[in-house]
Amino acid sequence: MLGMQLNDLVGGLPDGLAEALELVDGFDDALSHGFGRVGEQRAAAIAALAGAVAATPLGDRVAEAAAKVPAGSVSGEHLTALAAARSALLGAAHDALLTRLDESLGRTRSPSGPPATGDSSVPGNLLVGCRSWLYELAITGWRGVGHDLAAAGDQAIEAVLAEPGARRLAVLLDGLAAELRDSSPVSTMERLPLRRWADLWTRATLLAEPGWPGSGEGAETVSGRLLPLGADVHEHGTAVQVQVHAVLEPAGGGTSRLVRVSVAAGKVDTITGPAVWGLFQAYPVLLATLAKHLAAEIDGMPLLPGGDLVWQEEKATAAELTDPFATARVLLAGAVAGETPPLDRHPARVAEPVLVEGYKAAKAGGGVTLTLDGATLPFATGRLPGCGPLTPELLAASTACVGLLRWDAGGWLLQPLAVQATVKKKPVAAHNGDWALGTTDPKAAKALAKTGDPVGVLRERAGRLLRK
Amino acid sequence: MPADPTVWDQSSVTCVVPPVQPRKLAKVPFVELADGRLQGVVSSGSDIARVYVSSIAAGSHDFNCSTNNNRPCGGLYGSLCKHLRSLVDEAVVQYGAERVARYLRVEGAETVASGADLAARLGGQQESQPAAVVFSRFLRHLGYLELPVTTAPLAEMHWFPGTVR
Ligand SMILES: [Zn+2]
Repeated sequence: MLGMQLNDLVGGLPDGLAEALELVDGFDDALSHGFGRVGEQRAAAIAALAGAVAATPLGDRVAEAAAKVPAGSVSGEHLTALAAARSALLGAAHDALLTRLDESLGRTRSPSGPPATGDSSVPGNLLVGCRSWLYELAITGWRGVGHDLAAAGDQAIEAVLAEPGARRLAVLLDGLAAELRDSSPVSTMERLPLRRWADLWTRATLLAEPGWPGSGEGAETVSGRLLPLGADVHEHGTAVQVQVHAVLEPAGGGTSRLVRVSVAAGKVDTITGPAVWGLFQAYPVLLATLAKHLAAEIDGMPLLPGGDLVWQEEKATAAELTDPFATARVLLAGAVAGETPPLDRHPARVAEPVLVEGYKAAKAGGGVTLTLDGATLPFATGRLPGCGPLTPELLAASTACVGLLRWDAGGWLLQPLAVQATVKKKPVAAHNGDWALGTTDPKAAKALAKTGDPVGVLRERAGRLLRK
Repeated sequence: MPADPTVWDQSSVTCVVPPVQPRKLAKVPFVELADGRLQGVVSSGSDIARVYVSSIAAGSHDFNCSTNNNRPCGGLYGSLCKHLRSLVDEAVVQYGAERVARYLRVEGAETVASGADLAARLGGQQESQPAAVVFSRFLRHLGYLELPVTTAPLAEMHWFPGTVR
């Protein structure tokens, strides 16, 4: 990413974004007070939200829902319609941000064709249980949530966790429930994470509708050489996902593709830091590409329309050494990206790989910021995974970064996947996935040795106590 | 979390639950602050198939310890047994002394220095508490490790940036 491109990107917000987010804020405020007793002012905010989607296919249903809001007589279906309206606005915000990013970078996307159809066939009664908890939360409002309501979804969540086709909904609800439990009674909180909780509630409400396509719909089969750029790690108390961004050079030539490989596991809160890699031992080839900086040859793996490569370990073999910085330098600019699936569009889902180099970095106001050709960009220091070697100190000493452009709370951020830095006058490179096959840092190794093997201990306990 | 606190409520990735610290799980595989209690499961030192369910109530600090089959712990003589002491120690490693002390509503929570210090400040008496509930929560906890690993993308996990260094 050149200084000129960065200046272009951070130079101003897309038209209409601020207005759209203001409408979202209105909804989020109403959700915090509850749809059971909405005042006049909040009802007006919901009416404004309905007005914004009036010309879309959602228009009628959202208008009908908004009309029920002042009397506090919204049904579950009405709440789903309002969730859809909020989601549509944030989808438009996502599109505007990504268009601006693509124009700044000169990135192209392959159109994904019509949305996938089909039915993941998650049993309807499981979804009903989840929806009724979500509706109750919305009627009550965050400010009225106490221990009982926070835990009221537990049974539904447990049931949906056991259903492989509903994993997205399950990990989302589980994460939300843990936050509500930890925050109860919410009325005692000084400030509420309004945007965040409304995001989680909205997505869960939509995912709990029946008729979502199964995750494999619309896939093509691809083969070729996979060159990793770096690993993005997502984690809450009971789930962890590693998402590897990579360039795929198709077998037989053709345009390179920008792809993501995901692998996710259930876990518990005490499995954290470098220990999470132990959950992915069934994927030695994928882990080796990260830890040893290897390319992989893949043969006949499904690639989803959004650019997600559905990893199948038996169809991959580790190949030659490769430097993610070289991959980014040589191949990133020409690679074609995927289009975000319609229902996933949201600013928080923007995570576009870029290479930024030749900048100056410095600690600033509790964070770390880089400056390049007069443009400044903060690092997403809240996204440095505990399972890898990157630290704020290393970022402050860095001069090159392979990272993901993110957008949050009104601005762009750079989430590092790997950095090159100068430490004690020596050049060093560090990547999020460096410890995928075991930590290479003496300090982290010592800490890990002290805690033993948490995955092994709990598996032993599970083996002895669960199957009795 | 954004560096600027004024946009805290406009962030999609605000950190709400403070991450816990990794700790050695062999002796005390499960600790939680839930249902108004510090509660957990302590592995027996002598019998590999036996565990103790130990808990301390917030506020009253009443405590109990029994096997998962509801047999009372032989180490309870009106004061904390070794299992309860281990539970307190490990909770302090996992959550930090202040968070545990505050949850238990110990006076001067911010001055608690260690697990032993915290244990010394607990009043309370032995009181029957629901071992079966805690044990089933532990089994549910272990159940997460039985979930199959998936390679289908979970888009929602973008909202959970995870532990922060
Ligand atoms: Zn005991």
